[in-house]
Amino acid sequence: MRHIISVLLENEAGALSRVAGLFSARGYNIESLTVAPTEDATLSRMTIVTSGSDDIIEQINKQLNKLVDVVKVVDLSEGDHIERELMLVKVRAIGKDREEMKRMVDIFRGRIIDVTDRDYTIELTGPGSKLDAFLKAIDPAAILETVRTGASGIGRGERILKV
Amino acid sequence: MFRVSSSPKTRVERCYVSGSKIIMQLSGAEIVVRCLQEEGIDHIFGYPGGAVLFLYDELFKQDKVKHVLVRHEQAAVHAADAYARSTHKVGVALVTSGPGVTNAITGIATAYMDSIPMVILTGQVPTHAIGEDAFQECDTVGITRPCVKHNFLVKDVKDIALTIKKAFFIASTGRPGPVVVDIPKDITTHKTEFEYPKSITMRSYNPVVKGHAGQIKKAVKLLLEAKRPMIYAGGGVILGNAAAELTQLVKLIGFPCTNTLMGLGGFPATDRHSLGMLGMHGTYEANMAMQHCDVLLAVGARFDDRVIGNPKHFFEQPRQIIHIDIDPASISKRVKVDVPVVGNVGEVLKELIRQIEAARGGPDKESLKTWWTQIEQWRGRDCLKYDRTSAIIKPQFVIEKLYQVTKGDAFITSDVGQHQMWAAQFYKFDKPRRWINSGGLGTMGVGLPYAMGVQMAHPKATVACVTGEASIQMCIQELSTCKQYRLPIKLVNLNNRYMGMVRQWQEFFHGNRYSESYMDALPDFVKLAEAYGHVGMRIDKPADVEPALKEAFARKKDLVFLDFITDQTENVFPMVPGGKGLSEMILV
Repeated sequence: MRHIISVLLENEAGALSRVAGLFSARGYNIESLTVAPTEDATLSRMTIVTSGSDDIIEQINKQLNKLVDVVKVVDLSEGDHIERELMLVKVRAIGKDREEMKRMVDIFRGRIIDVTDRDYTIELTGPGSKLDAFLKAIDPAAILETVRTGASGIGRGERILKV
Repeated sequence: MFRVSSSPKTRVERCYVSGSKIIMQLSGAEIVVRCLQEEGIDHIFGYPGGAVLFLYDELFKQDKVKHVLVRHEQAAVHAADAYARSTHKVGVALVTSGPGVTNAITGIATAYMDSIPMVILTGQVPTHAIGEDAFQECDTVGITRPCVKHNFLVKDVKDIALTIKKAFFIASTGRPGPVVVDIPKDITTHKTEFEYPKSITMRSYNPVVKGHAGQIKKAVKLLLEAKRPMIYAGGGVILGNAAAELTQLVKLIGFPCTNTLMGLGGFPATDRHSLGMLGMHGTYEANMAMQHCDVLLAVGARFDDRVIGNPKHFFEQPRQIIHIDIDPASISKRVKVDVPVVGNVGEVLKELIRQIEAARGGPDKESLKTWWTQIEQWRGRDCLKYDRTSAIIKPQFVIEKLYQVTKGDAFITSDVGQHQMWAAQFYKFDKPRRWINSGGLGTMGVGLPYAMGVQMAHPKATVACVTGEASIQMCIQELSTCKQYRLPIKLVNLNNRYMGMVRQWQEFFHGNRYSESYMDALPDFVKLAEAYGHVGMRIDKPADVEPALKEAFARKKDLVFLDFITDQTENVFPMVPGGKGLSEMILV
């Protein structure tokens, strides 16, 4: 099953490689991993999307907690949560396709952030499934380039991950 | 982050006064050595090199921290590891950058697999040269990351004292393990004020100590209701200094107890409640009882593949499992448990004993009696029997005699292979920290450096290394170190002219094709020992075994290399073949 795990860790050199190393050494899956400092510059927050049986997810949680740099670990998928991913897509937009592409961007509540006479660069945020849906909805031949950040997640309401 | 409280400054040499405050300016190298002194470290094991010259210069100028010069960095780490295993102190090794570090890796990984508290100080090229493929540069933090509990690269002289404090704290608390501190050469020359933190807390690292009282209550209930109980104790009992508590518990409730390879000595092997070692080469009674028990109390053990065999087969018999361990990640890793108790093994056992004593009515005596009758029947199988009439020396016989001659009171180190299993089976360890071997990583070559570390820690003690002619050659150069420090180690070489365990597997599972397991062109070990300045003895008749051992152990000041020419085809029994269940043993 797919799980989205949030990790608060010391913002130290090498902390990311400790997490990445743990996943590769123990053969766990990483679908995506994002990390950046928090409002407290001594801490980084990481969101890992992974998958595995309940036993494996339990081990992933425990092994993450065991890392000396890790302060807290929360499996967001255990409760209500929101996840968002940012995608930038460069698409071919010429002639009559230009208008059609703009309409699709509007439907998906995306924004066109760069324009030339031959292409658009589109910014789209949402759950990963929405980004997938957008890519499916447009003509595949029009896609020139895509870049995705991987998911970031946060608990709903009172579910707060903080030191 | 972390809070630091400082010790009052007592020394005033090389200080200047700033306002009303006295400030000491020390070099990074001086600080490192002062930190070791503050930690009460009396011995470190190492090998000098370019990146650590300033550190060695500071070691030279003092005599509180004694440095033991080895002949290969791997041995430095092994020796420091054994120093830690035999004393419960943190072992310290010091090596130079690049090849010094890569040579040390096997030692570090060995300590990591067996959760040994160690601090390994490594030299690094100067900070400005890092990343430029400098001479003797390697990415130490990167290369050691998967085999350490934690590691640090010190980039500022101001961080040295705090980093070393953290290293000792992390290494010795929670589930112990090796910590590497990588120190670039220029940092050892920079100066700063020195203050050693007295204590430290880290927000990201808070190991659990006490077990959850509710979980312990559940455990007590299960134990007292058990019809066929079993206690399975691992290395955690030794590392957690909980042998006394475990022994008290077993005596209190009268349950059978088995120890893992790492747990030998955690419960007295000569006690009738002891079923000996379990696992791949465990006793018939231990493995059968483990398989057929209805309540299992696992203490500081991790259900290793060499211990329970095939987990599927293990679960064919239903049983309730209580698991005490300091590492939450060890719980339900290979085997699902019913009552997990996370905490320091000693603390948890104390509480368990307290609650059992307070409980009305003890264990189910009737069922226990029936269970013991069954166990005695299994024990009657005499699974460790071997041919005592053989005209060729049987390796088991040598260990039995070693046990008798040393009155069961020696420190025994071993290498890895058949001899290791025979030592574990036939030397009855009644005390913890007497059996020093590489259980997790299974590192051939540890035996001699382990014996060095133990002898350094216990200069008056009897120390023997049980080894084989293949393993001993992996760190044989350390005979030179033994000469330099006059270490009177006794090497018991079970020389069967084969990599015995490899040969045994090839006999059982590879149609007797002894692929590359025969060691042709062995050295004359007697002459070799003599060349290093030691005493060598070659023994090839069973009748000479005991007199030779007696003579060797009577030589209190000499290292004696006893080369026992043993039966080439002897196998270790019982054996649970890989992938098989615990009760599917091959027996003699």
